[in-house]
Amino acid sequence: MQLSCPMPKFDFDVITLGHGSGGLLTHRLLQTGVFDVFKNDLLDQQHDGASFELHGQVAFSTDSYVISPIFFPGGNIGDLAVNGTVNDLAMCGAEAKYLSLAFIIEEGFTMEEFWKVLVSIKEAANKANIKIVTGDTKVVEKGKGDKIFINTSGIGIIHPKAKIHHNNIEAGDSIIVSGNIATHGIAIMSLRKGLEFETSIESDTTNLNHTIIDLIEKFGNNIKFLRDPTRGGVASVLNEIAELTQLGFAIDQKLIPVDEQVDGACEMLGLDPLYVANEGLFMAVVKNDIANDFLSALQQQPCGTNAAIIGTVTSDHPGKVILKSRIGGKRVVNYLTGEQLPRIC
Amino acid sequence: MKYLSEYRDPELAEEFIKEIHRITTKPWTLMEICGGQTHSLVKNGILEMLPDKITMVHGPGCPVCVTSVSVIDEAVYLAQQPNIILCSFGDMLRVPGSNKNLLEIKAAGGDVRILYSPLEALTIAKENPDKEIVFFAVGFETTAPANALSVVQASKMGITNYSILASHVLVPPAMEAIISDTENKIDAFLAAGHVCTIMGMEEYYPVAEKYKTPLVVTGFEPVDLLQGILMAVHQLEKGEYKVENQYARYVHREGNKMAQETIHQVFTVSDRIWRGIGLIPQSGYEVNEAYKNYNARLKFKLDLPVAEENAACISGDIMKGLKKPRQCPNFGNICKPEHPLGAPMVSSEGACAAYYHYAPVKELVPL
Repeated sequence: MQLSCPMPKFDFDVITLGHGSGGLLTHRLLQTGVFDVFKNDLLDQQHDGASFELHGQVAFSTDSYVISPIFFPGGNIGDLAVNGTVNDLAMCGAEAKYLSLAFIIEEGFTMEEFWKVLVSIKEAANKANIKIVTGDTKVVEKGKGDKIFINTSGIGIIHPKAKIHHNNIEAGDSIIVSGNIATHGIAIMSLRKGLEFETSIESDTTNLNHTIIDLIEKFGNNIKFLRDPTRGGVASVLNEIAELTQLGFAIDQKLIPVDEQVDGACEMLGLDPLYVANEGLFMAVVKNDIANDFLSALQQQPCGTNAAIIGTVTSDHPGKVILKSRIGGKRVVNYLTGEQLPRIC
Repeated sequence: MKYLSEYRDPELAEEFIKEIHRITTKPWTLMEICGGQTHSLVKNGILEMLPDKITMVHGPGCPVCVTSVSVIDEAVYLAQQPNIILCSFGDMLRVPGSNKNLLEIKAAGGDVRILYSPLEALTIAKENPDKEIVFFAVGFETTAPANALSVVQASKMGITNYSILASHVLVPPAMEAIISDTENKIDAFLAAGHVCTIMGMEEYYPVAEKYKTPLVVTGFEPVDLLQGILMAVHQLEKGEYKVENQYARYVHREGNKMAQETIHQVFTVSDRIWRGIGLIPQSGYEVNEAYKNYNARLKFKLDLPVAEENAACISGDIMKGLKKPRQCPNFGNICKPEHPLGAPMVSSEGACAAYYHYAPVKELVPL
């Protein structure tokens, strides 16, 4: 189904409270807006829940999506909701299979926008090769929501070669990011009220599952740890694993890939790209021996062209993240406290 | 990034570092005035790279840090009024007042908006004719022109539902207050490049002369700071005390005349209480008589009791360069960014925040 897919005829131009009543309007909305769009054998059972068999070690994850604005350069809340959960599963070494999809819609949300979101969800699901098998739709009064909130939960099967756990990390391992950092956060911030600035920066939201499975297939338990640095950015993930492993994480500012426009926007806004949110990006800690091969393999993938080795795990400074600045000075990178707020001057 | 990467060049930085090591023979204490400079020093790991003989102490140039508790209380009071939209630079929101900060007021339903420019507040004023819009006009001489301009524009456009809560502070009186303190150990100043871009350098010649202290107007990038330190040490080693300009790409001796005229059109010099330091005569800007209708203090008849500062916070000693953040017994334990005792721990230009977020590696060794 393409984005040009024509919108079917709905009863109303906007979502009303009646669409969440469980009655006829709900039934019609679900039939045309959900079942027809996401058609698959499990969803077609139309039970209260989906019933299926799974073989192997299973990973299960959930996430809620409340992004504002819901449409942004490079994506919208729909594909974000699919990719986010698919990627969380991928970080566990799992190939996502089935997703649940739940909407909380604010009364007055237009059918046209809802349709755009549905089509994106469908496209993202096709691209990630997952099925949407169960779901829910609620409508809340005007002012009680913000257009649309989405929750997705996903189940995937962990690849038999995957051994992803922070306990496996050792001093000497390499730290890798899969692409330019801070892109998603700055793309969203460029649209926020009062901050609008002209840019061609697009969110990097995408599904990472095929890439990850391919890498696990090639490198197996040499991949020690995977994480997608969404909210809190790269710095927060590094701090989490430094704390969990009580090892030092030494990174080199010169090696951290940042798009020039994103870097410029961060300068202007007084933000540190290390703390800005990402989507469609992952961090990996891999055994040093395979780091270069891992990097080459990742760089072959569309989501990994800008991937880079940014540092090393060390036994110095246990529990701390240490950054070597562009000019060679060293300092600690700490957790972010609260939200990054714009500076005065 | 052109015009920035040149000032972050590792090879150039290394040359300056070598030269500073080569010429330094005696122990010197240098104070960088601006919080932006403090953050750049710490964030780039420069403190690690300087000779042990050079001690950098961190000055009062963090507008958020020096804003008194009483002024924060005024902003909090205004933000709590149902007919007022309080607009502020984001940095001010976490700063503790007597009881609450602006983030808490926002969370409780107060209309507090983060702006990048005071001129945006005029748009909000036009869009909300039934509301009063107050801009929290904080900052040194750097932000004063834009804040003054918003008042001039409001007046020209006939906008009457706009006013500013001015809490502007001035650098030269603060420098004098610090250097005349008998306990001070400062041998040289790195003056704040951005303030001088607006105000020029004239005000600094008498300070350098009177206190026989070298003063180098310095920028914010690593190479700027290293060159500024080198120039100051050079003077110290030769026994000189001149005003020099490292930031010549932006700073001219006479400053930005148009910006200065805008400041003087709207503001008058007034006494100001600095958090942690106390009253410094003639060290701030207040809205003048001609534009009194745009002075939020007069418009809303603000007359709040003078607030007590938290006695456990040693921000005054830190901003006067008498102590470093890690010498505070509360640093990192009782006082953290999520529950600060004072503003230097929460401002993006605060010295305590710099040490907390970007601790120099050598400071990882417990004191």
